[in-house]
Amino acid sequence: MTQALEAPAESAAPAAGAVLQRRRLTGGRFLHIYTWLVIIWLVLPVLVMIAFGFNDTPGRYNQSWNGFTFKWYGRVFGIEALTEALIISLSVAIVTMLVAGALGTGIGYALGRYRFRGSGTVNLVMFATMSSPELVMGASLLTLFVSLGVGLGPVTIAIAHIMFSISFVAVVVRSRVLTLDRSIEEAAADLGANAWTTFWRITFPLILPAVGSGMMLAFALSVDDFVVTNFTAGTTTTFPLWIWGATRVGLPPQVNVMGTLIFMVGVLIAVLSSVRARHRRD
Amino acid sequence: MRRRLAPYLLVLPGGVWLLLFFAVPMVTMLSLSLQQGDIVNGYVFTGHWQTYVDAISAYRTQLVRSLMYGGIATIVLIVVSFPVAYWIAFYGGRRKPTYLLLLLLPFFVSFVLRTISWRYILTDDGFVLGPLKDSGLVGASFHILGTPFAVIAGLVYNFLPFMVLPVYVALERIDPRVVEAARDLYASPATTFRKVIFPLALPGVFAGVLMTFVPASSDYVNSAVLGSSSTTMIGQVIQAQYLTNSDYPTASALSFTLMAVLLIGVFAYARALGTEDVMKVAAR
Repeated sequence: MTQALEAPAESAAPAAGAVLQRRRLTGGRFLHIYTWLVIIWLVLPVLVMIAFGFNDTPGRYNQSWNGFTFKWYGRVFGIEALTEALIISLSVAIVTMLVAGALGTGIGYALGRYRFRGSGTVNLVMFATMSSPELVMGASLLTLFVSLGVGLGPVTIAIAHIMFSISFVAVVVRSRVLTLDRSIEEAAADLGANAWTTFWRITFPLILPAVGSGMMLAFALSVDDFVVTNFTAGTTTTFPLWIWGATRVGLPPQVNVMGTLIFMVGVLIAVLSSVRARHRRD
Repeated sequence: MRRRLAPYLLVLPGGVWLLLFFAVPMVTMLSLSLQQGDIVNGYVFTGHWQTYVDAISAYRTQLVRSLMYGGIATIVLIVVSFPVAYWIAFYGGRRKPTYLLLLLLPFFVSFVLRTISWRYILTDDGFVLGPLKDSGLVGASFHILGTPFAVIAGLVYNFLPFMVLPVYVALERIDPRVVEAARDLYASPATTFRKVIFPLALPGVFAGVLMTFVPASSDYVNSAVLGSSSTTMIGQVIQAQYLTNSDYPTASALSFTLMAVLLIGVFAYARALGTEDVMKVAAR
């Protein structure tokens, strides 16, 4: 600071600017390399998983490389219990997506649009469900189901998944509703549309992308969930639970293949939706 | 009249669901932790506080260890994530969404599968340690799996996006003119960072801490897959008490203790910062 005051500002500024510029560049380059190292670290286990789906392993012990093969892609549904687990996972996720999508959209829309008594409590409960340890949510649901004598299975898994997904959907929808341009709806009303028509012709299409991403989030949370599922599944096995159970005896390459396919579908959806979003912005 | 009822009708179905399957189970669990009996003969409410005392004294090591691992993982997460978020926010340019997608890539693979994949990578005769041992670069008795390092590294790995994203959102929102103003007023880059950028990024860091500390300290997958009996975390104890030993009162007492410790911390933390702000950052 004192230096700056002593030196005539005009002559000092460009030199200082150049130094700053150079330092910014080297700093930026260092951080660029660092970011890529972190990305490589993140992706490494995924690459290992994909690679071992192509491993020509003789048995279930899929830990050392035995040569390249496509055969596991042909036999991807070769293990009946695993296929069944995957089907249960997908069905539960679809039900969760639909129910949590509807219930969460209701809450999110109400919180974004109306000021009402009790909205603080709703916010608080949502915050609590999103920040509670999954372990405790799963465990407490188990105690509830056990004390009610309810048998555990796909239904109890879905109940649990819907419970923890609602808040995520609601938050996504709420932030969209809050940023909505009200003048469009007012214009519709001015042009003689009633509240019902305005909602379905104007508001709903505008919040639909948020509802869609909320539902996709619910699907992803459900398919991947292990902790809560472990407590509410009973003897039912979902995809993550099957993997967990099979760890001790060694994971068959089919798991790698299914993991790879799920990964590819997820990435494809993400890339498509980001491309579409960019398209819309331009 | 209909307009005033509308928000309640919209909230009702989801609200009832959360009440029945989030709030009620918590009460059931609290009540069960104070009951005595067994799974065959049923439980009777006796207000038996001793269960808490016994459970906590029996598993204090694991409880403290979990909070410690969670805390260390959270600190490491801040240190690892901040530069990444900073670089993407300030240097990412048009490729920002691409970099964010790259960071999220692994999370399209199941949590359990990802963690198991690390076990394959780090195993003693795996393709990382195997060649290192054969060449004599590390001793034959050297291993990574089963150590606290492996467990904490697993936690950091699995919760990274929950730190990077909120920090990125906070940094991204900084008005470049504010940074320029600091430079115009002859702040050095270090001072600009310390006095302008970091304080503005703090809400993001706080949100990230909220979103990582709780799941990391209550996690049991990482310590089960990557750890050993000397890295057992409280989550593993609770899971075993519920699903293997069926000792519901002890398991409930432990879960409730864990929940209380974590939630009191979280709510105090959120209260101090304002829940709305944290939720807003979390939502993006």
